[in-house]
Amino acid sequence: MAEIRNYTLNFGPQHPAAHGVLRLVLELDGEVIERADPHIGLLHRATEKLAENKTFLQSVPYMDRLDYVSMMSNEHAYVMAIEKLLQIDVPVRAQYIRVMFDEITRILNHLLWLGAHALDIGAMTVFLYAFREREDLLDCYEAVSGARMHAAYYRPGGVYRDLPDAMPKYQASKWHNAEAVRSMNENRGGSLLDFIEDFTLRFPKYVDEYETLLTENRIWKMRTVGIGVVSPERALQLGFTGPMLRGSGIEWDLRRKQPYEVYDKLDFDIPVGVNGDCYDRYLVRVEEMRQSNRIIRQCIDWLRANPGPVITENHKVAPPSRASMKEKMEDLIHHFKLFTEGMHVPEGEAYAAVEHPKGEFGIYLVSDGANKPYRMKIRAPGFAHLSALDEMSRGHMIADVVAIIGTQDIVFGEVDR
Amino acid sequence: MIERTQLESLLGSRLLDFSGSLNEVTIVLDSEGMIDSLIALRDFGFEQLIDLCGMDYLTYGDGRWEGRRFAAVYHLLSVKNNERLRVRIFARDDEFPILESSIGVWNSANWYEREAFDLYGIMFSGHPDLRRLLTDYGFIGNPFRKDFPLSGNVEMRYDEALGRVVYQPVSIPPREITPRIVREENYGEA
Repeated sequence: MAEIRNYTLNFGPQHPAAHGVLRLVLELDGEVIERADPHIGLLHRATEKLAENKTFLQSVPYMDRLDYVSMMSNEHAYVMAIEKLLQIDVPVRAQYIRVMFDEITRILNHLLWLGAHALDIGAMTVFLYAFREREDLLDCYEAVSGARMHAAYYRPGGVYRDLPDAMPKYQASKWHNAEAVRSMNENRGGSLLDFIEDFTLRFPKYVDEYETLLTENRIWKMRTVGIGVVSPERALQLGFTGPMLRGSGIEWDLRRKQPYEVYDKLDFDIPVGVNGDCYDRYLVRVEEMRQSNRIIRQCIDWLRANPGPVITENHKVAPPSRASMKEKMEDLIHHFKLFTEGMHVPEGEAYAAVEHPKGEFGIYLVSDGANKPYRMKIRAPGFAHLSALDEMSRGHMIADVVAIIGTQDIVFGEVDR
Repeated sequence: MIERTQLESLLGSRLLDFSGSLNEVTIVLDSEGMIDSLIALRDFGFEQLIDLCGMDYLTYGDGRWEGRRFAAVYHLLSVKNNERLRVRIFARDDEFPILESSIGVWNSANWYEREAFDLYGIMFSGHPDLRRLLTDYGFIGNPFRKDFPLSGNVEMRYDEALGRVVYQPVSIPPREITPRIVREENYGEA
């Protein structure tokens, strides 16, 4: 009889299903995984060390580059940690704007996850559909911050500026004539809020489309039901948070349990899975998109009715307006000090966590009273999830590893930091 | 918020310090018998280890720091009681910091301890697989220590003549655009 030996397979770092730069060393018995050893750090940029050498404000754009598919949620945790240490209040309008963009970000993230996950397991169409909707949401990012992805929109004390009154419009070019441009601009006639409202009205139908393609799809179910099962006890032990924890049947959502900003005033449901497999986590995330849509709609109604300031008046933290800077000596000095030396955060330590689309994203900030953080630790949800990959994939077939990486919603920007 | 008396009855003399500020509770535990303390905390209700990170207090407050240099900071979460707790444990030896591995208490400690080992050089005795995690294969040094330069010690380039990648000392001079300043109390107030 032929001798059968285990062998080792190198999966990644250049593999389309590795979601970036994951190098996975798999020990295989035939096609069955005996051990999976993820090698990470190929995208390590030492964000935490860089932040120690920058003023508090200068690190905001670094946050976008952590989890680069849910940019504003990362910023949110960071500015919340600073605000906690400074003990300053954020204007209510800014809180609503933040919540609205957090939920837009959640939809953005889940759309990319859904598209990429489906593509990994062989369903091509969903990806194209998901990117169609992402385009509209990225336009919202662009309208409000000027950047489609790396927004740097949340600032300590509020948000950078108020929502724009007009949505940018397409212009005729050699690819799109005036006729085509007119139909493309149809929902861009009003303000940003009108545009987002139009999106929220269309979006539930789009989610139905994705579900038509996947939820009862035989191949989809064969690839996800019973794959990567995590029991609730194990999920807690392994440090799971977010949809990974809720998929295992534990109702835990920071938006509800430890509400920050204005989440306690909003009405939404928290979907929870039953079996803790890839399919349940898929259902949880799809339902989360619908709930996010609900939250966005409530925020739009509030924001329409309540104008007001969007950033704190404390000029030791936030710069004064350009106009007043040119007339008042005091404001000019504040501006100069803020952008040369930066703000001084009182000595102490704080941990601020948000319900990031992937789980609990936390920033642990230690300040010794200087204009730079003494230590910043980023608690990335993907890091804990990926460390459980070995346990989740053991005993599965090699093709299921792809489904498990997909269901964990791994993004290397935050895992490697 | 968890009360001091609760923790004192739970941990006894191993509880070295307790402080509550900004709605957060921070405790300092003795590294002696730390695993027993952590198990007690877990069984009390903190079933999740959310985060574990290394700390280097070498330059804290521009030399104001008088305690031990290295510490590990644990962020615990109780899903049952909806509560958080921060635990700090200092390593006794500044030259060769050693703590005990909490991997048996919370399995999620595995990679967090590897990360702290990699970036700060804190050893976790009892860890089954204490390898470097984030830095390059064959990396020398602990990059997040405060005495490690921001631009590192070596740089890497492709050498045409040798036909391979070579390491050489860093050629970028260190620079600091915004200096780090700790202001005196009540600075800027009338």
